[in-house]
Amino acid sequence: MLHIECPWCGFRDDAEFHYGGEAHITRPDPSKTLTDEKFSEYLFLKTNTKGLILERWCHRSGCRRWFNVLRNTITNEILEVYPVTETPSSKQGKETYDRNWRRISPSKKTPKTDEAK
Amino acid sequence: MSSQRFRLKEAGRLDRNAPLKFKFDGKIYEGFRGDTLSSALLANGVHLVGRSFKYHRPRGHLGVGAVEANALIQVGDGNSTEPNVRASQVEIYDGLVASSQNRWPSLLFDLGVVNDLLGGLIPAGFYYKTFMWPRKWWMKYEYFIRRAAGLGKAPTGRDPDRYEKMHAHCDVLIVGAGPAGLAAALAASKTGARVIIADDQQTFGGSLNTDTDCYINDKTTVDWGKDVVATLEGLPDVTMLPNTTVSGYYEQNYLTLLETTKPHFFKSTIQQTRQRLWKVRAKQVILATGMIERPLLFANNDRPGIMLSSAIREYINKYGVTPGQNPLIFTNNDDAYRTAITMRKNNINVAAIVDIRENPDSELFRQAQEMQIPIHVGSAVVTTKGYNRIKSATIIKLSSDGKTLTGERKVLECDCLAMSGGWNPAIHLFSQSGGRVKWNHELATFIPSEATQNVLAIGGCNGTADLAKSLKEGLQAGVSAARLSGNKGHPPAIPSVQEPKQSETRFVLPIPTQKNKLVDEKVFIDFQNDVTLADIQLASREGYNSVEHLKRYTTVGMGTDQGKTSNVNALMLLSQILDCEPEQVGYTTFRPPYAPTTIGAYAGRNIGNLFSPVRTTAINPWHKEAGARFEHVGQWMRAWYYPKANETMRQAVDREVKAARTNIGILDASTLGKIDIQGPDAAEFLNRVYTNAWLKLPPGTSRYGLMLKEDGMVMDDGVTTCIKENHYHMTTTTGGAASVLEWLEEWLQTEWPNLKVYLTSVTEQWAVAAICGPKSRELLKELCTDIDLSDKAFPFMGYREGTVAGIKARIFRISFTGELSFEINVPRSYGLSLWEKLLDIGKKYEICPYGTEAMHVLRAEKGFIIVGQETDGTVTPVDLGMDWIISKTKPDFIGKRALSRRDIIKADRKQLVGLLTNNATDILPEGSQIVEEVLPKPPMSMIGHVTSSYFSPNCGRPIAMALIKSGRDRMGQTVHIPLKNKSIAATITDVNFLDNVSK
Ligand SMILES: [Zn+2]
Repeated sequence: MLHIECPWCGFRDDAEFHYGGEAHITRPDPSKTLTDEKFSEYLFLKTNTKGLILERWCHRSGCRRWFNVLRNTITNEILEVYPVTETPSSKQGKETYDRNWRRISPSKKTPKTDEAK
Repeated sequence: MSSQRFRLKEAGRLDRNAPLKFKFDGKIYEGFRGDTLSSALLANGVHLVGRSFKYHRPRGHLGVGAVEANALIQVGDGNSTEPNVRASQVEIYDGLVASSQNRWPSLLFDLGVVNDLLGGLIPAGFYYKTFMWPRKWWMKYEYFIRRAAGLGKAPTGRDPDRYEKMHAHCDVLIVGAGPAGLAAALAASKTGARVIIADDQQTFGGSLNTDTDCYINDKTTVDWGKDVVATLEGLPDVTMLPNTTVSGYYEQNYLTLLETTKPHFFKSTIQQTRQRLWKVRAKQVILATGMIERPLLFANNDRPGIMLSSAIREYINKYGVTPGQNPLIFTNNDDAYRTAITMRKNNINVAAIVDIRENPDSELFRQAQEMQIPIHVGSAVVTTKGYNRIKSATIIKLSSDGKTLTGERKVLECDCLAMSGGWNPAIHLFSQSGGRVKWNHELATFIPSEATQNVLAIGGCNGTADLAKSLKEGLQAGVSAARLSGNKGHPPAIPSVQEPKQSETRFVLPIPTQKNKLVDEKVFIDFQNDVTLADIQLASREGYNSVEHLKRYTTVGMGTDQGKTSNVNALMLLSQILDCEPEQVGYTTFRPPYAPTTIGAYAGRNIGNLFSPVRTTAINPWHKEAGARFEHVGQWMRAWYYPKANETMRQAVDREVKAARTNIGILDASTLGKIDIQGPDAAEFLNRVYTNAWLKLPPGTSRYGLMLKEDGMVMDDGVTTCIKENHYHMTTTTGGAASVLEWLEEWLQTEWPNLKVYLTSVTEQWAVAAICGPKSRELLKELCTDIDLSDKAFPFMGYREGTVAGIKARIFRISFTGELSFEINVPRSYGLSLWEKLLDIGKKYEICPYGTEAMHVLRAEKGFIIVGQETDGTVTPVDLGMDWIISKTKPDFIGKRALSRRDIIKADRKQLVGLLTNNATDILPEGSQIVEEVLPKPPMSMIGHVTSSYFSPNCGRPIAMALIKSGRDRMGQTVHIPLKNKSIAATITDVNFLDNVSK
């Protein structure tokens, strides 16, 4: 069981939390023109990361606040916890943020780079 | 009763004043308190305790504790029985009943042994090769395989024993209470740390109890161990857990421990906890799990009486039992000499020591020589004889490269064989923690390397065999773990140690087999899974050269044993075959649990009524009193229907449904999810989460809303009311309350953090009585005088605050039945009082309480959907025919973009329609598949399914709702619902049965 540090309540077991998937995914503006393909990318495509990932968690059975976490999916080590409205501040967090294909058009990138560690 | 013929006079740490009687395979034996089932059976000369998995060969005790691979037995009787328990881990108690497994009809005479004679016909991968073809025969084969390969039997009834869970935190968790573990515990606690130390044995001390030829600070190892244990017991922050197996090591130093209560204590009183599952979060973990001795690989190395050398030493020194009167020692290292010397000191004749090494020379070797124990150097046991117990061993000299046999055969008689093939650190937990392991050439085994968590491996677990070094590692690890977890005290001094020096090990693997033999003799690698040398060789010839493939193909290292004694031998063999370093072969990853764990321990007290919390409404006592039948809705218990004397469910529901349309029905609607929404941006927020328009809802009015997921599928529905400016009261489905709140919070916090909106769950704060039916206004008038209830002053979808039966109330004129209806909300503590008053005054209107079943029928008569019944996460509002609720003008709401996706606007999506069975007595089963044409047998092309189906008393016939492909274009068409023995025809209609169909 993961031990997660809620920014408001401190360290708690993961049974108190709710997983919210990958963080920093930009929601497309529905009032603008958007192809089905582009929209489906937002809706359905998820990275299956081996290594560092930025993800959202909610302290469901505690303060009910959402926050972001930098986690290593191999070791489950949590390297950074930061507010949901901000970007990571650690070096590894920044690198992980920059590496995400969602911040570049995925159609312009080869799938290989998605898996970069 | 058999006497304890093999019990030694002196040795052992047993309570000899407490003799106990137990039964094994129907026969009564005697042992002492402190015995395990293995030691007690050995004391009575019982070696044959089971039949092997595949070949049904007779098997005896192999090791001690969790290392035992053979002696799997069934313990207890009735529903307390537990299969596949290691006899070496069962502490005996008076009246214990145990039996052997995997034999038929009896242990001594087992028909399955025919598999052994046909052994050549059951090679590795046999099941895969034989039974994968022809495929349809598989079912038949499987039946026989399962019978033949049977381990123990699971109980059929409920486990009567009690289990518990414990949650604990500590600075330092120490796994293993041998010399290194005890030293670490002493150092960590003296340095100020909060310590938990666990050991799977009933007595702390580990090898201190068996290696009695060493001295620490001039004390015997046993005395030193006792002193440390006494010191630790006196310290307030040390928790000592004997009989406790650390079974799982998870992320962030979260470990699970299984504690077994002492059996005589547990059996003597009623309802004592049998096992306790500890969940420990430790700042630092120290693994002092020791080493596991390795078997030697020679022909017929599995006969009863052939045991691990260190296990025999433990049986002698700890349990005062000798496994034989004329044992033979077979070794590749010095440690087995300690077993031989221990035997001689206890007046046991040692047949001989057979040493693979050509020139052993050490203190221990010379000591054995002085004791005049015959020693055969440079030799090996090449085979053994004896069916139910070893009788003799054949030895031959090895060539200098160890690959061939040279010289004369000698047959040595013996009744027991102690084998020692080197040592493997018990790295299972280290591997589970995510740590890497590396190959150590000197020990020819894997030892811990890089850790990924806050963990230290010490002593045997770290590959350290010396006692002095182990103690030093323990003390150092204890101090450093205590310091790392924030403590500052002073550690104890390093003790002085006297111990025999040991020389090098010679690895010859496998022992060459004799030429000119008549039959293929089996060399066992994995005792529990009956995997032989030939199996490994065959698997490799067939290309299974990766360690993971080898494991699955041959089953080596699987089962409850998980390769404790076999893994390293198997991969050393594989590396020899592949002519590479064992490191290149790699190692399989260990997974929890380290030892089998009862399901009961995982369940703990979360069974029966305690499985999940039950929520009840304030009006619940009245429902009970009224004889209501209840149904579970999520965690809620809701009144389902209220049968009167002799009424069937159907009769009761029909009566309730009719009353709600003719007089007054009253429903306890308290379970509906309720969310209080406040803030200057509340209206804007609602406008974004619902599909329809919310910006202009005036105070005192309500609106029905539908929430979608971002993929356009219906998620929840409900009525939200504007209480006053910037203050709303949202209702959700009963089951969706928690998830809707979480959903709203998610959007508010992560997507629209700039909106000033505050959400509070108020589900439990309000009790709700919904009165419904043509006379409901008259009833309410009698109890509420401060609100004008006329249709004009308080129209449909209106909201008023006032007093009902003297209680301050919120009244919503909303309806889930299509009838005139008021939902009266009062603070929870007034709920019962309000309900009773309404029923009391309502008598003259023939008020009728109705349950959830009638509520379902009433809404279906009007064609109202229930989210979760008509929808399943794949249904859009358009599919439901609810286009009217989707705003065309709003720039954004959750799910808006998805509704124009190509797939969502396709014409052949399943659409919600009504279904009327052509025969007005047929009620369709909910969930039934719908077809256009009935074929003699499946498959048939399915066009939809029935979502709701009831008998409608107000329509006078059965009604149903269904999702059918292009359903709205099929109005009036006939479809078919094929059931097991018949097929029902039905006509597609509108869903509003009450207004459009029956009239
Ligand atoms: Zn929190």
